[in-house]
Amino acid sequence: MNLTLKVWRQKNKNDQGRFETLQAKNISSEMSFLEMFDVVNEGLINEGKEPIAFDHDCREGICGMCSMHINGRAHGPWDGTTTCQLHMRAFKDGDTITVEPWRAGAFPVIKDLTVDRSAFDRIIEAGGYISVNTGNAQDANCIPVDKTKADLAFAAAACIGCGACVAACKNSSAMLFVSAKVSQLALLPQGHPEKQSRALNMVAQMDKEGFGSCTNTGACEAECPKEISLTNIARLNREFIGAGLSSEK
Amino acid sequence: MFDAKIPAGPLNSKWEDYKGHCKLVNPANKRNLEVIIIGTGLAGASAAASLGELGYKVKAFCFQDSPRRAHSIAAQGGINAAKNYQNDGDSVFRLFYDTVKGGDYRAREANVHRLAEVSGNIIDQCVAQGVPFAREYGGLLSNRSFGGTQVQRTFYAAGQTGQQLLLGAYSALERQVALGNVKMYNRHEMLDIVKIDGKARGIIARDLITGELERHFGHAVLICSGGYGNVFFLSTNAMGSNVTAAWKATKNGAYFANPCFTQIHPTCIPVSGDHQSKLTLMSESLRNDGRIWVPKKQNDTRKASDIPEEERDYYLERRYPAFGNLVPRDVASRAAKERCDAGYGVGTSKQAVYLDFAAAIERYGNIEVGKRQMTNVSKEDIIKLGKEVVAEKYGNLFDMYAKITGENPYELPMRIYPAVHYTMGGLWVDYELGTTVPGLYSLGEANFSDHGANRLGASALMQGLADGYFVIPYTVGNYLADEIRTKAIPTDHPAFVEAENKVKETINKFMTIKGSKSVDFFHKKLGKIMWDKCGMARNEKGLKEAIEEIKALRAEFWKEVRVPGSADEFNPELEKAGRVADFLELGELMCIDALNRRESCGGHFREESQTDEGEAQRDDVNFSYVAAWEYKGDGQYELHKEPLEFVECKPTQRSYK
Repeated sequence: MNLTLKVWRQKNKNDQGRFETLQAKNISSEMSFLEMFDVVNEGLINEGKEPIAFDHDCREGICGMCSMHINGRAHGPWDGTTTCQLHMRAFKDGDTITVEPWRAGAFPVIKDLTVDRSAFDRIIEAGGYISVNTGNAQDANCIPVDKTKADLAFAAAACIGCGACVAACKNSSAMLFVSAKVSQLALLPQGHPEKQSRALNMVAQMDKEGFGSCTNTGACEAECPKEISLTNIARLNREFIGAGLSSEK
Repeated sequence: MFDAKIPAGPLNSKWEDYKGHCKLVNPANKRNLEVIIIGTGLAGASAAASLGELGYKVKAFCFQDSPRRAHSIAAQGGINAAKNYQNDGDSVFRLFYDTVKGGDYRAREANVHRLAEVSGNIIDQCVAQGVPFAREYGGLLSNRSFGGTQVQRTFYAAGQTGQQLLLGAYSALERQVALGNVKMYNRHEMLDIVKIDGKARGIIARDLITGELERHFGHAVLICSGGYGNVFFLSTNAMGSNVTAAWKATKNGAYFANPCFTQIHPTCIPVSGDHQSKLTLMSESLRNDGRIWVPKKQNDTRKASDIPEEERDYYLERRYPAFGNLVPRDVASRAAKERCDAGYGVGTSKQAVYLDFAAAIERYGNIEVGKRQMTNVSKEDIIKLGKEVVAEKYGNLFDMYAKITGENPYELPMRIYPAVHYTMGGLWVDYELGTTVPGLYSLGEANFSDHGANRLGASALMQGLADGYFVIPYTVGNYLADEIRTKAIPTDHPAFVEAENKVKETINKFMTIKGSKSVDFFHKKLGKIMWDKCGMARNEKGLKEAIEEIKALRAEFWKEVRVPGSADEFNPELEKAGRVADFLELGELMCIDALNRRESCGGHFREESQTDEGEAQRDDVNFSYVAAWEYKGDGQYELHKEPLEFVECKPTQRSYK
């Protein structure tokens, strides 16, 4: 099939950026969306032009590096799917596809479709861990963990940190990302000792990075490629409020 | 120089003994000792966190935008540990024995034993970090079995075990970043090692956003940069996975061991066309419940559902009744290739076999019916219940398969074919994980030591974390204890200047060739040579041809490659060019090594060396050694042999029948 691409091109973070219209020809429906970009880039290189810069690595939906806003949706039209797992079966001959980088003040553009998501690392630094040094652990089966809670913790921990939740949110809020980590660790007995400071510190860092507030529209959950549940945000709010009321300063 | 430094004494007390006698560094001195870590996968992240906790000044580098992206994240199935929670006869010795045997007696006994010894600590550590492993209803940890073993010792988190373990190590790493013990350099690529007076003393790194070259000093440098499977272009590795860090080490005097030992994983989604950029693994854990088969008739074009039970050949169960579908990866891969080459392949390409879950779905459905004490249950309801169980175990894998192929694996059997997955070879290291360059260490998949000629499933995660959490904190201390008087060397030292100039020159060369072909063009060509002639089966003629073809391709690359853009900006094509240039050298060495090893062992199958039944034929008399190659200039390598001694596991011809 033949497609028209409208792709965001921006030389660096200081450049203003603009849409460029490109043709993608002889695209097979079996290709992944990024393989289609490989073909377009190969063509650009052969014509002596600069290829489109985009982030990608594992190409199997787990590393969280790919990050394209496709036709107005984070990671494109398929639910529960990263850009790298989206396949060209989702489109038809003659379609025009608009591709933008994540749009959020806290994720500045580096080049074209590549953005800087280091703010997420700094949020984890603020408390997204359990303070246990190597070599201090007791036997793994010493503390039984309720399977229901362990499963919920796993579902939250499945977050790949791609930033689609932020890109999908009209406020550019990072609440789904933050709540997934807070939930995972609050649900497990190992995470209990630090649960109050964790919720407070991670939220404070999130605010500091310039992410917006949550207004419970649920766009994050709808666009999350790992289908992280909105109930995690409810749990974060509970942890945060509880910590604010009872934590000893 | 070439001493494996294996401690004396009985196998099961070597590590205890080493820990009791290695040198220590006092806390005040640790603060002045700097350690550079390349790569932030399981090995790199766990090492960075652990050394940071100890008080060393750590600088960690990754080319991705965050340490959490490292390709360990994509490991699916699980991690082995000799916990014997299942009471099924497991022990440290048995895990050790299975690993040495699974590696076809080409691994170093002392290293493997240590790996088995610390395996239990890894699970403890990860649980303490909040890694949400799968659990039973009683709240205790759940286990599954993996290929090449007869016990259940694999811990897992659905089909995302690598992700959960890496996020655990990443959290620990970020905690040390916050505490100021680790400085993280994201989107940085190491492009050379700096050696002063024969010791590794730092690196040259490129800031991938600005293109600036940076000099970094370290009292020791740890290469934790993963494997080199991408030399084949198509593999299950991430697009950015590369050999560059390990290769720069090689060119600076570190020996590269057993480069031809490549693991071709049996269960991957088959290639669909020329556009393919990578291959996707379907975890080996699926072989717990999936049955592998092909039609009994050659060139059978019927749909799977139209082929009755008696016309199906469950060839692994037929040929290897003791292990069945759970034979080790090398055996399963070769068997699939043999069936397809003989004309029994399925799908449009005929380069695939079926992995069928119908029997498992029905079995699990019946178990659920029993558990819930249901009566008068229809076949459909049993199937429905069975699908729910299978979805809980393998849901994410089934979803992944459906997205890529457009087929529903709950209804149709999966089509699978072997693909390049892991590389057992890597930088030669001694018992302390030190390379042949003092101060230069290698951890995880980047080194060669623990898996011999074939890695068993769920052992890579174990090795990466063992090296990073439990081995390097002791062994690097043993080296650094003698470095406490070495002040940080200023980076205007001539060795840094010279190394940077060399890197600059190479980059400049890439930018000025302005040839007519893209980097990918060369990478794909190299991959095809490697797959055809140094892939699942190798022979003397093919390998000799491959060496010549690679030399010619390398010459063409340096004349014809086109790198667009400039060097002082974010330029992914320039990054790729550097990596492919290194693959073009490594590929040749892999063929040289494969040519030298005139025996079949593990993942290395030399057609000239097979039994009457077509199984791999090892040659212990002539090849029971580690082949460690020393770089001697373009295309020139000198072979050093480290003899392997087996005290506890006497080599036998592996049999999984």
